[in-house]
Amino acid sequence: MSHYDPVVYSRMLTSITLGFHIIYATIGVGVPMLIALAEWMGIKRKDPHYLLLARRWARGYTITVAVGVVTGTAIGLQLSLLWPSFMLVAGQSIALPLFMETFAFFIEAIFLGIYLYTWNRFKNPIQHFMLLIPVVIGSSGSAFFITCVNAFMNTPRGFNISDTGKLTDVQPFLAMFTASMPTKAAHVLATAYVTASFILGAMAAMALLKGKNHVYYRKALKITMVAGIIFSLATILIGDLSGKYLAAYQPEKLAAGEWHFETERYAPLIVGGVLDSQNKVHYALKIPFALSILAHGLPSAEVQGLNETPKDLQPPLWIHYMFDLMVSIGMLLLFIGLWFVIAIRRRRKSVEPAKPLNKLLLSLIIVGAPLSVISIEAGWIYTEVGRQPWILVGFMKTVEGATKSGQVDLMLWVFVALYLVLGVSSAYVLRRMFKHHPAEEELKEEV
Amino acid sequence: MSYEILGITVLWIFLYGYLIVASIDFGAGFYSFFSLITGKRHRIHPIVERYLAPVWEVTNVFLVFFFVGIIGFFPETAYYYGTSLLVPGSIAIVLLAIRGVYYVYSQYGNRNNKFYMFLYGVSGLLIPASLSIVLTLSEGGYIHENNGVVSLDYHALFTSGYSWSVVVLAIVSVLYISAMFLSYYAGKAKDKEALEILRRYALFWSVPTILCSFWVFFSIQRHNLEHFNKMVDNAWFFIASFICYAIAVYLVWKRRRLQVSFVMVMLQFGFAFFGYGKSHLPYILVPYLTLHEHFTNKSMALALVIVFLLGLLVLVPSLYLLLRLFLFDAHYVRGKLSKK
Repeated sequence: MSHYDPVVYSRMLTSITLGFHIIYATIGVGVPMLIALAEWMGIKRKDPHYLLLARRWARGYTITVAVGVVTGTAIGLQLSLLWPSFMLVAGQSIALPLFMETFAFFIEAIFLGIYLYTWNRFKNPIQHFMLLIPVVIGSSGSAFFITCVNAFMNTPRGFNISDTGKLTDVQPFLAMFTASMPTKAAHVLATAYVTASFILGAMAAMALLKGKNHVYYRKALKITMVAGIIFSLATILIGDLSGKYLAAYQPEKLAAGEWHFETERYAPLIVGGVLDSQNKVHYALKIPFALSILAHGLPSAEVQGLNETPKDLQPPLWIHYMFDLMVSIGMLLLFIGLWFVIAIRRRRKSVEPAKPLNKLLLSLIIVGAPLSVISIEAGWIYTEVGRQPWILVGFMKTVEGATKSGQVDLMLWVFVALYLVLGVSSAYVLRRMFKHHPAEEELKEEV
Repeated sequence: MSYEILGITVLWIFLYGYLIVASIDFGAGFYSFFSLITGKRHRIHPIVERYLAPVWEVTNVFLVFFFVGIIGFFPETAYYYGTSLLVPGSIAIVLLAIRGVYYVYSQYGNRNNKFYMFLYGVSGLLIPASLSIVLTLSEGGYIHENNGVVSLDYHALFTSGYSWSVVVLAIVSVLYISAMFLSYYAGKAKDKEALEILRRYALFWSVPTILCSFWVFFSIQRHNLEHFNKMVDNAWFFIASFICYAIAVYLVWKRRRLQVSFVMVMLQFGFAFFGYGKSHLPYILVPYLTLHEHFTNKSMALALVIVFLLGLLVLVPSLYLLLRLFLFDAHYVRGKLSKK
């Protein structure tokens, strides 16, 4: 690049930090919920397998949480380092949920520390389980509060701007509860639980595929897949509501994502395809009326097209692929989960219930784990790039929010190196951890 | 009490909290590594590990609380410090990341990996050095605003005696606070062997700690005379700090009442830290940001204060539970409870 532009580098660095952090953050939000489910089942059914499951998941969770915490701290500081002008405005208008998030983070950190070190310290196992509830509330609360901030960036309100450019009439609670907040927060939480279900399910599926046939793995697979289906269904329902939200509040984001160029009724949903230079869609699958239904719940409803948004305020059109990727993976995950449930129901009736599960199904569950993470990434890219050119819709463009300092390019490389080290090392440590302490060993000890 | 005084006091208390818990944490990491290379590992490592393991994540939150809180109460800090701190801030992030994950890796993953211990031991000492730069910058003379462009004068920063005195004090006091705390913890665990080693570390670092404190005190005189004069006006903070220091060191020397000794260490730094903070006001960044002119709007301030008070209702009992289980529980401290 011949010309140094801090805005471009700030955007690159922020997207790399967020793209990396979101993997660990999603695991950090989702896994405590699954640990809680497993420990609860273990206590209720007096089944040591579920308790061991909770214990082993918690052990691995410490590694991912460490990366999540440090990258979360990184993005927290980078917001000020890379977007000082934006944070000047954000500090005055949306500081409340950011501040609340630190309390949620505190509670999570404190109780996670206690939980991990008190497995044998209470006489009644329920007391140990209770320690996990603040961890679940804290981690999900963090996600909720941070999503409030992101929602504010999409549909800002709760302040006015005077003629001199000063913020007046700030209403912190109004800024926190904006139009996009409910669908966004629900979507973030539900998908985090889906992703955690598939990541943990894939671990069990991998063991079963390798020929380990202990009932421990089957139980792991069952609890994760059932949770996966429930949260997938919730995700699809929330996704439908998100479409209606977008149509009402950010029609340009929906239009760009769906390649819907002209306002019309009976709008079809375009899946895949390519655009030519005249913005004509080729090779796409068109589902009749589906966009009208997604946007307004009626096949005859009118959907606003991109033609009503000035050219310089339109988001880039390639986000269409991100939307398609996100949705198709979401559908696939639900399909995998349903197949699994049908498979085990049939087995229960069959004569040999210990027969191994279908290998293709197990492989699909394993592939589901990285796919769910890709879906999360695609979703975030869709919503973040879909907000462009704005950083704070209607008030501040991304260009105006960025730092003016030099050296952002150098910092970009420093952080790329850091994330490479963190990503590779955490995967290595996790692999080693589970390999050196196979579940079979611990199963022998327990029985 | 006005909102801005309340706001800055809350932030300063949490930064003080970070100073204490992070010093213990970073110093302990370093001693862990140091004991490994000097072959004393088996003697002090169990003590260090028993304290550190359950609290590492909490330490980090104190820092996050401070920088999120300051942007809420004083949004313009994001603009001035954010713009000028890009490089030093990024270095601090990298160090915090390395320190955090490699501690956890060696704790839960590859136990006893020497390279991991080296990474978290050494990065732990560099973090206070890099974070202390922010306090140096706040004294003015390093950050400039010309035609609306905020920039950091690296030459002034690296050639200034004041900035180096702060860096050295930060590192030395980490080692001192940590050794003083671990001596107390070893005493509570009735681990005589560890206590003797840690006590020697504590006494050793007590000398440079007080020398560096004087060095910083008089460097301020040369760097920012106005601030220095205000510190002299508030001299009783620093005199009280010195008395606490003397009591703390005396008690450790005599191996008596180590709990009181550590409380004295906390008071020593508490008095100095609040004396420094009080005399620093009204400036948050000399000469650009002041307490009253750059405070956030009334409604945000009120909302933040309400959330803070509600947050404390949850936070204080939780922290108390954490301390009771891992710091004040004699069985746990002596390692008589199974850990995992």
